[in-house]
Amino acid sequence: MSKLEIKDLQVQVATEDGPKQILKGVTLTIADGETHAIMGPNGSGKSTLAYSVAGHPKYEVTGGSVLLDGEEVLEMSVDERARAGLFLAMQYPVEVPGVSVANFLRTAKTAIDGEAPKLRTWVKDVNKALGDLNLDATFSHRSVNEGFSGGEKKRHEIAQLELLDPKVAILDETDSGLDIDALKVVSEGVNRFRGQPGKGVLLITHYTRILRYIQPDHVHVFVDGRVAESGGAELADELEANGYDKYLVAAR
Amino acid sequence: MATLVTEALETVRNDHVESHLHTTPTFDLAAHPTPSGREEIWRFTPLRRLGSLLDDVAPGGRIELQADVPAGVAWSTVTADEAAALGGIAPLDRLGALAALHAPQVGVLDIPADTELTELIRVRAIGAGTADAVAEHTVIRVGRHASARLLLENSGSAHYNEFVQVIVEDGARVDLVTINDWADDAVHTGQTNILVGRDAEVRHFEVTIGGDVVRTSTNVAYSGTGGAFEGFGLYFADAGQHIEHRLFVDHNQPKTSSNVVYKGALQGERAHTVWIGNILIRKVAEGIETYEENRNLILSDGAQADSVPNLEIETGEIAGAGHASATARFDDEQLFYLRSRGISEKEAQRLVVHGFFDDLIRRIGIAEVEDKLRVTVEAELAKNVLREPGPGA
Repeated sequence: MSKLEIKDLQVQVATEDGPKQILKGVTLTIADGETHAIMGPNGSGKSTLAYSVAGHPKYEVTGGSVLLDGEEVLEMSVDERARAGLFLAMQYPVEVPGVSVANFLRTAKTAIDGEAPKLRTWVKDVNKALGDLNLDATFSHRSVNEGFSGGEKKRHEIAQLELLDPKVAILDETDSGLDIDALKVVSEGVNRFRGQPGKGVLLITHYTRILRYIQPDHVHVFVDGRVAESGGAELADELEANGYDKYLVAAR
Repeated sequence: MATLVTEALETVRNDHVESHLHTTPTFDLAAHPTPSGREEIWRFTPLRRLGSLLDDVAPGGRIELQADVPAGVAWSTVTADEAAALGGIAPLDRLGALAALHAPQVGVLDIPADTELTELIRVRAIGAGTADAVAEHTVIRVGRHASARLLLENSGSAHYNEFVQVIVEDGARVDLVTINDWADDAVHTGQTNILVGRDAEVRHFEVTIGGDVVRTSTNVAYSGTGGAFEGFGLYFADAGQHIEHRLFVDHNQPKTSSNVVYKGALQGERAHTVWIGNILIRKVAEGIETYEENRNLILSDGAQADSVPNLEIETGEIAGAGHASATARFDDEQLFYLRSRGISEKEAQRLVVHGFFDDLIRRIGIAEVEDKLRVTVEAELAKNVLREPGPGA
């Protein structure tokens, strides 16, 4: 079972001119096994939602609640959230010089599971996960995200998703900067993940392109720090045809 | 989080170079007066903590040297006059001149031409106390087309001033690994002057962990075209320690190269590190390439890292010249990324520090040394980053 409930979430960031509210009351429930897409123009607060749920220190939660299977996520540290079953695939994964992908993945898996993975099956699992994303065996010897191409970074994020196997995955603009072949490979990875019973996905994107490969159950239009409209997959088609203008006008 | 990039001095001139970068090497002590502490090359050094090392008195102490020298390599002692006849770069500051003047004799390690050594040459200096100061002068000569790896390990307690000349002849390749793993009360000043021959390749690794005050200067010049120098440094300063590494690469020949990377971590009250990277590109040195970099990771309050890259360029006809310097605390974004994968904050910090140093450690190529350094980094982390809060915390 996995259920992520975001209720009236309000978030601000510090700026030179004082605190600025970015999320103005976001309410969203991802029920067991559902995939939700959040679409919105640049600057609407989509990424803030992703990072706030993951617990990035830059974002200050001023109100609301985020429950994962009934547990209050906002009271957990960043790593506790991950161990509770949340995963964030980042738009801009961070370089960690000198730390190999292999060491990083093993350390993360050990932390998530509370015990070291069995060496023999683990190496096989890692090689399979990397191979499935068209990352060759030498990839695991490289430093985390250092010198990776944009596509390699995104594929590495999805390899982590499959290996760490969370309950709910938030994918922040995973499609951005990918060519069509890489987009297919990444989408296949996400589909393998959500093909398992009970996995939740929150897919944040600016474009409808990725939704051709990953069919959402629900689509939300995100404008000015809140959900402006919700619907089924057909809402994405409408956005594709008409853009965000009507929502932006309404938000003014 | 702020990253401070130290402003570097860059000057382009066409004729004579007159600056502190351009000390004339000489054994003549009179040319190296007692410093007041305000001079550019002394201003970071706590002179009082050097005690008698800057005084012109013969120190009475000895340090035990143990050398594992493979067959084919000669380890002998000569007089100062005989040593001077071997060539090499003369002392560039008072400490080097004093070490050469007062060393009881000069140890010479001679690797004959065309010798290709697979075995490690190993020299251990083991200090027995700080009561008497020690002066040592060593010459390492790597003959034409020879190749060798040397491991120089300093340990124990000492009040130690050493002068090392490394003469690398044409086409030779040498890895020189120096580890300063002193006891807490040791005071060590060292000058290592490396003359790189035509098309020779030198890699120097310098690791400083222990000691009260450690001040080393590494000076590099070239005796022919095409020589390549790589200088890597790793240091970890704890409370009260002063660790100072100075580098001077004199690009005095065309088509030579230098690549310098020093990385340090600091923790504890008044932990102080200094890194000075001086590069001089003379007018004659066309087609050279140089890069130098210093990174410091500050792990706790009260520590200070000084980092000064200097680049003096007399010719624009070069392949490249660059430098970078950054001193910072943990990167919040790195820690967030690791923690978002379930890794605890301490474990994330541990990974970042190991990664920071491993970039250099894995280049050493001596498994025993690499393993030891990883254990050392772990032990240093246990003092601060990984320390469990006490019952009262």
